[in-house]
Amino acid sequence: MTTGRGQFARWVLGALISAGAASGAALAQEPLKMGALATLEGPFTVLGQDGMRGVEMALKEHDYTAGGKKIELIKGSSNAQPDSAVAATRKLVEQDKVQILIGPLSGSEGIAVKDYAKSHPEVTFLNGSSAAQETTLTDPAPNFYRFSTDGAQWQAGLGSYVANNKKYKRVVTVAEDYSFPYSQVQGFMIEFCKAGGHVVDKNWVPIGNKDFSSIIAKIPDNVDAIYVALGGADAVNFLSQYEQSGGTKPIVGGSITVDQTVMGYKGRKKDYMVGTASAGPIADSWDNAHWKKFVADYKAQFKDGLPSPSLFAHAYYVNTKAALDALDAVKGDLANNQAKLRQTLSSMSVQTPTGPVKVDENRNAVADIFLTEVAKGADGNLFNKVVKVIPAVNQRLGLTKAEFDKMGVGSRTNPECK
Amino acid sequence: MRFFLLTVLNGLTLAALYFLVASGFTLVFGLMRNVNLAHGSLYLLGGYIGFSAAQASGSWFIGIAAGFLSMALLGVVLQTLIFRRMEGQDLRQTLVTIGLSIVLADLMLWIWGGETYQFDAPQWLMGTTALPLVRLYSTYRLVVLGAAIVIGIGLWLLLNKTRIGMMIRAGVDDRKMLAASGVNVQLVFATTFAIGAGLAGLAGVVGGTALSIAPGEDTRYLLASLVVVIVGGMGSVTGAAIGALFIGLAEQFGLAYSPTYGIVYTFLIMVLALAFRPQGIMGRRL
Amino acid sequence: MSSVVEMRASAIAEVAALPPAKAGRRFATWLGKPTPGYVVLTILLLLYPWVASPFFTFQIGGQSLALGIIALSLAFLAGYGGMVSLAQMTLAGVAGYMVAILGSSNVAVSLNWPWWVVLPLAIAVATLASVLVGAISVRTEGIYTIMITLAIGVAFYYLTQQNYEVFNGFNGFPRVLPPSVFGLYWRDPLPYYYLALGVAALCFGFVLYVRRSTFGIALQGIRDNPRRMRALGFNVTAHRVAAYAVAGLIASLGGILFTWFNGRISPGSIGIGPLINILVIAVLGGVRHPIGPFIGAVVFVLLQNFAIDLVDRERFNMLIGTIFLAIVLFSPDGLLGLWQRLRTHFSARRL
Repeated sequence: MTTGRGQFARWVLGALISAGAASGAALAQEPLKMGALATLEGPFTVLGQDGMRGVEMALKEHDYTAGGKKIELIKGSSNAQPDSAVAATRKLVEQDKVQILIGPLSGSEGIAVKDYAKSHPEVTFLNGSSAAQETTLTDPAPNFYRFSTDGAQWQAGLGSYVANNKKYKRVVTVAEDYSFPYSQVQGFMIEFCKAGGHVVDKNWVPIGNKDFSSIIAKIPDNVDAIYVALGGADAVNFLSQYEQSGGTKPIVGGSITVDQTVMGYKGRKKDYMVGTASAGPIADSWDNAHWKKFVADYKAQFKDGLPSPSLFAHAYYVNTKAALDALDAVKGDLANNQAKLRQTLSSMSVQTPTGPVKVDENRNAVADIFLTEVAKGADGNLFNKVVKVIPAVNQRLGLTKAEFDKMGVGSRTNPECK
Repeated sequence: MRFFLLTVLNGLTLAALYFLVASGFTLVFGLMRNVNLAHGSLYLLGGYIGFSAAQASGSWFIGIAAGFLSMALLGVVLQTLIFRRMEGQDLRQTLVTIGLSIVLADLMLWIWGGETYQFDAPQWLMGTTALPLVRLYSTYRLVVLGAAIVIGIGLWLLLNKTRIGMMIRAGVDDRKMLAASGVNVQLVFATTFAIGAGLAGLAGVVGGTALSIAPGEDTRYLLASLVVVIVGGMGSVTGAAIGALFIGLAEQFGLAYSPTYGIVYTFLIMVLALAFRPQGIMGRRL
Repeated sequence: MSSVVEMRASAIAEVAALPPAKAGRRFATWLGKPTPGYVVLTILLLLYPWVASPFFTFQIGGQSLALGIIALSLAFLAGYGGMVSLAQMTLAGVAGYMVAILGSSNVAVSLNWPWWVVLPLAIAVATLASVLVGAISVRTEGIYTIMITLAIGVAFYYLTQQNYEVFNGFNGFPRVLPPSVFGLYWRDPLPYYYLALGVAALCFGFVLYVRRSTFGIALQGIRDNPRRMRALGFNVTAHRVAAYAVAGLIASLGGILFTWFNGRISPGSIGIGPLINILVIAVLGGVRHPIGPFIGAVVFVLLQNFAIDLVDRERFNMLIGTIFLAIVLFSPDGLLGLWQRLRTHFSARRL
């Protein structure tokens, strides 16, 4: 049995040695903490999980290393409400001490996280998939970067296409009554109205309402098409109710409208869907080597994932990749409130599966958008065929700053072109 | 004119669905003084089980039966295992139902996930009917209206022309007297809860076919039942019918003519009803 | 006067049996001298920010206090008035929205009035709203209250979501921040914690006072037997509405604090989930004594923040729901009741 003093001496020596060894190795081994925030509870869990997959894909591609340091991923969860997003962010930043944060998923969460970012200039925040316009247009935060596009940008190319190619002149809109659909309708209308089209009526459906019978009753007979910006499942409800009430007008789809659920629509006139135009940040069936590799990697890495990566996986992937590429470029230098990293982020061009992405002066993405049309495949199933890739769409959708500021962000009554 | 008539029809058919859901709620409250705030969860769970059953068997009608029976069974279980021990403690029972609704909601999310499910109803149900004045109308909604009328009459017959119905009505009026006159009150309670819960499950499949089922529908139909029963009167099936008419029409007219605040008007009607006739239209003075 | 002595004795016994949890300061000396438990607790609460990290001070401590105050309003109504109102979070939201609309935020609608005008107005409006809620809800008795207050709460939620002119609809008001007074920014962890602690102590003491006052005793009498009280000449409806007003006042204070905590307010803050959460918090802790809601709030906030590290975050709701169910089934007096039972069990064994 060693004496008390001997034991103590041993302890001190051991501590000194390990401290010395640790400090020597620590500087090289100290991991970089990256936080990822998505909706991992409640009805949006499926979307949040796919977002996380995007983060993990980007990290795996980089071998969980960037700028010479190992990356430690810490996950945070919210329930799609801004309050819970801020609480989760606060925990990641103040308790878990992350240096970079990727997220959140939904639009209003994004605005709340952006506000929080302002009080923590030492952390760099990158978007997940939140697509509200105000996040970067109204009171932007200097340390919040969005390498994914917003709801209005997602509709680029659609308005002109349906006005000029499909010759629709009079249209009514059906969309849910909150900010994301407002931005989608605005994105559609900017081009549609400019091309001479008229939106004779806008129907704003209360959130969660699945009974469209009154809306359908209001659709006038003398319109050319109905612009529907509802989520896939609600779109199916709308279509079946529309069909049952004897409606026959063609549909123009928002970015989340013509998804797999709608493609599997078992209504009587399945062929009715063929020719439906839509636009969005990704296109499942795009015949491009980079995109195909992305899809293949996703399927290989996630056996329990969705049949094809969703736009949430894509957006989280792009933002994470931007962060990791930038870290590599500055060799992990996070000094001075991450000044070099931010400079790189503001000026770099990120190579993504859907083309190159840069950010504008508000740190919002300028990226390519996909114009699609529903077609019938050889096996008789419906799929989204890529009509055109609209290059380098910015947040003002081609308008000048003055023009766009005059118009303002989308709302129930903005813009109008009756 | 056509638009107005369409709105009236939409209101009637929606009222039919609300009646189906709310009748079970009012029955349980009227007899057992149990404000079952898990009623919406029963609706949704019945819908999910009915969906899975219909998928597995390929028949929509089996789905309906499954929805009704599974929830009736659950109702009996809940009554005999849990609520029976809390006789007289109305508040505690209600708190238990709140806890149940939270747990059930998450359980359903776990098992069936967050996606929306569409039922595969028989084609002849999902078509279009030609009607005078409004030209074309959804067949299914008319079927729901018909079903509600049939079930409403059936319930009325049950309550007014059968022995067990007599006991239920007696119990609503005076529970203690009923027990004193030698009736097996627990059996009556269990039967009532079974019927009430079963109706909710049935409504889940019927409503789900028209409007699909997804997380969040439980809250929606719970609130609708609450408002219908407050306006129509607790414990009265006729009251549930009248309340459903009021609320169904109000909601559709709101959606049609004033979509922005339509839903707030529905609640305003409820508040007005409470201000002038707190026991509801057909309720008795408490 | 023996009944007064009895009341005091039972009150003291009750207080002495309290667990060493957050009780806040008590300024009432009419209940006898402060017991050691209370003194220790007060010291612990005052020293807490000096030992805890800023995150724990603000997100755990501050949030628990704010939520606890709102839950206290519900516990007051339920425990002493026998009326379970699910609209307490709604009233807290009314106060929060008033602060956002009349004060400053990132939205054009805000009027940017000074804080010493905004705060009293917000509290007044919320209290008025609670009188309205009370007037509607008291016309029917007992369990109707839950249904009616839930419906009123949901109506207000939809109003705030659909209206853009006043409430800015779905997005709500971001950047609703407390003012800088006396050179302190009141959203920094330390000042916010002490502010919340002070307000919580105020409300706690107020409830302790009210429950022994004539009004409070009458209210409890009405809770137990309204018919008899009516026969004795008490205006039952007026007492109940007044109880709603008191609860509304407390809820409004909690609502302002909670809005400052979040730094924003939107319809999501007062949706059905948050309304029910307040009930869960109050019942979890126990509605028999004003300390209950605060205990419930601490447990709730801890679970909410650390469930992701312990269990699958996805099943958080099931965890909370099951705990709530277990409490209601086996210990309706909440955690306080559980503690009470344990104490009597162990003290009985010592004999």
